Amino acid sequence: MSDEQSLSKITKEREKWEKTTVPSWLRRNPERKGEFKTTSGINIKRLYTPEDVKNLDYLRDLGFPGQFPFTRSLHATMYRGRLWTMRQFSGFGTAEQTNKRFRYLLKEGETGLSVAFDYPTIMGRDSDDPMCNGEVGICGVAVSSLKDMEILFDGIPLDKVTTSMTINGPASMLLAMYIAIGDKQGVPRGKLGGTTQNDMLKEFYAQKLCIFPPKPSVKLVVDIIEYCAKHLPKWNPVSISGYHIREAGSNAVQELAFTLADGITYVESTLERGLKVDDFAPRLSFFFAAHNNFFEEIAKFRAARRLWAKIMKERFKAKDPRSLWMRMHVQTSGCTLTAQQPVNNVVRVALQSLAAVLGGTQSLHTNSLDETLALPSEEAVTVALRTQQIIAHESGVVDTVDPLSGSYCVEALTNEMEERAMDYINKIDDMGGVIAAIENGFLQKEIADSAYKYQQEIDNKERILVGVNDYTVEEDWVPLKILRIAPDVEAEQLARLQKVKRERNNARVKKVLDKLHGAADRDENLMPTIIEAVKSYATLGEITNVFRSVFGEYQELIVI
Amino acid sequence: MSSEKKIRVVVAKPGLNSHDRGAKIVARAFRDAGMEVIYTGLRQTPEQIVETALQEDVDVIALSILSGAHLALFPKIMELLERKGLDDVLVFAGGIIPKEDVPNLKKMGIAEVFGPGTRTDTLVKFIRENVRKRK
Repeated sequence: MSDEQSLSKITKEREKWEKTTVPSWLRRNPERKGEFKTTSGINIKRLYTPEDVKNLDYLRDLGFPGQFPFTRSLHATMYRGRLWTMRQFSGFGTAEQTNKRFRYLLKEGETGLSVAFDYPTIMGRDSDDPMCNGEVGICGVAVSSLKDMEILFDGIPLDKVTTSMTINGPASMLLAMYIAIGDKQGVPRGKLGGTTQNDMLKEFYAQKLCIFPPKPSVKLVVDIIEYCAKHLPKWNPVSISGYHIREAGSNAVQELAFTLADGITYVESTLERGLKVDDFAPRLSFFFAAHNNFFEEIAKFRAARRLWAKIMKERFKAKDPRSLWMRMHVQTSGCTLTAQQPVNNVVRVALQSLAAVLGGTQSLHTNSLDETLALPSEEAVTVALRTQQIIAHESGVVDTVDPLSGSYCVEALTNEMEERAMDYINKIDDMGGVIAAIENGFLQKEIADSAYKYQQEIDNKERILVGVNDYTVEEDWVPLKILRIAPDVEAEQLARLQKVKRERNNARVKKVLDKLHGAADRDENLMPTIIEAVKSYATLGEITNVFRSVFGEYQELIVI
Repeated sequence: MSSEKKIRVVVAKPGLNSHDRGAKIVARAFRDAGMEVIYTGLRQTPEQIVETALQEDVDVIALSILSGAHLALFPKIMELLERKGLDDVLVFAGGIIPKEDVPNLKKMGIAEVFGPGTRTDTLVKFIRENVRKRK
């Protein structure tokens, strides 16, 4: 019997089933809802059959692990060989406190570091800036100069761990400091491994931590991509991030589409700089959220890999297979956690992590149960890390590659995610690209609309959140002991900053800042001079101020 | 048309944090409930927030903060409001604010603190019941 004959037989039988078995069952057992939809509004069918994947061509659309189009996975044996990197985003208080947390996590089996900086650092401001009062060391660790960074990585050999730094506007300054620490430790630059998030585009419409206007911001991103291509072969210069797009309120399709559109923009901008695609594309990395809808998320990760491989091959004519790889980090979704009955968050995180692993991530951060209340306590972050270890060592899901492939539902959803994302990418291209879609407010509006819709669904109870709009209790049964940042952190940090400014060679600092000003004016790659500047203990704020005077400051476009 | 004047609300984001999802959602919910809404945008200093409240002649200030800097910034806002004679403006807050900070915030004049998971209609109701009556 041919495939077509068997398919038509299935169709016939399915129609019969829908006319007989289903209605007789429904008469006594109506379905709970009129329609079942994912967060992206994709209609979930009652049943998926071979009919839903009839156009799927195994070799063309799925292929084998480690082969184009990488739907099944990037690597031939996946987690049978190496597990994903367990990387917990952490940082709070002073550099000493965060250094201690890093050492604790490494001792407990974490395999990579991930630094959370405080808001002043993220905004390129020194701890003593008047705008930063009350914010120093609160949401992350304060780094104003190389001195803080030296303490942060004290006793941590940079040739043995990889470090991810969640930093965007001042990414080049923090990378320069990391390079300076490596130089001090005697680690060759070719051995420095890690990631700078360095994805400014999503800042303008999602996370909104912007310092300079879009064009100079992208210039700084490309400076890092170019510098790393030449000097830091093991560094991921950019982590093209959907996570923040999702957290700001987008749905899964928008997250996927806007992230890839940002990726396209970085590739185009780097090509314009004169680099060849295969010289930098292998080091581009990605970062997604793992939200609640299990199959939609798995489909998103699989579709993301396939779509990026096609874009790199067809649109940018990449030849190196690694240029086609979408290496991804995933973080469970912070905005799905609830302040109500917070212990339930452990379960949410476990399900989201499982989706990330079944989606084939390279690296994972699991959120802690107390993160709607404060930065995680040591107990909470340990449970989060253990969740990954339980999936890795107890569940067995890691023993075969891409185990959900071939599921009619998952393959149909993977196709649908890809198609819907491509529609958005085409729309953004037609608008003139991501920067145009930021300047006309399209991306901001799309996200705000989705966020509002999601909240309305919760308020109307169309979407049930356990403990929030159903199954509520008067008093939570486990009072959590949350992490509080000691009030003396700010004073301690200010004292150190003053000492740095007093003891450094201020004539040398002035000279290198002047040189930086000139380099920025001449539109040179700024990385070498920034490295020189941080080594002279010029502060983050001083360097940012030089760039502000050349590039100007971004004024937020407010879209409600 | 109703003879009652529309309630004017400024939704403000003090501090450096950029998480504006909640602020934007409540701004839209207040607008849909028939209020006049002014959204300040991100990273407003206490001075800017109070200036906006004064210029826009608002009845309500809704503060959204998730960065943990509320204990540094809120007292300044309340002090400035009093100095400008705006002490009859209803001020409330939302975001990531630990429970044990709430009594202190209330003492300084913040009428209520709402945490994650609050329904938007709860906020609308709260405003209607607590806003000063306009002449």
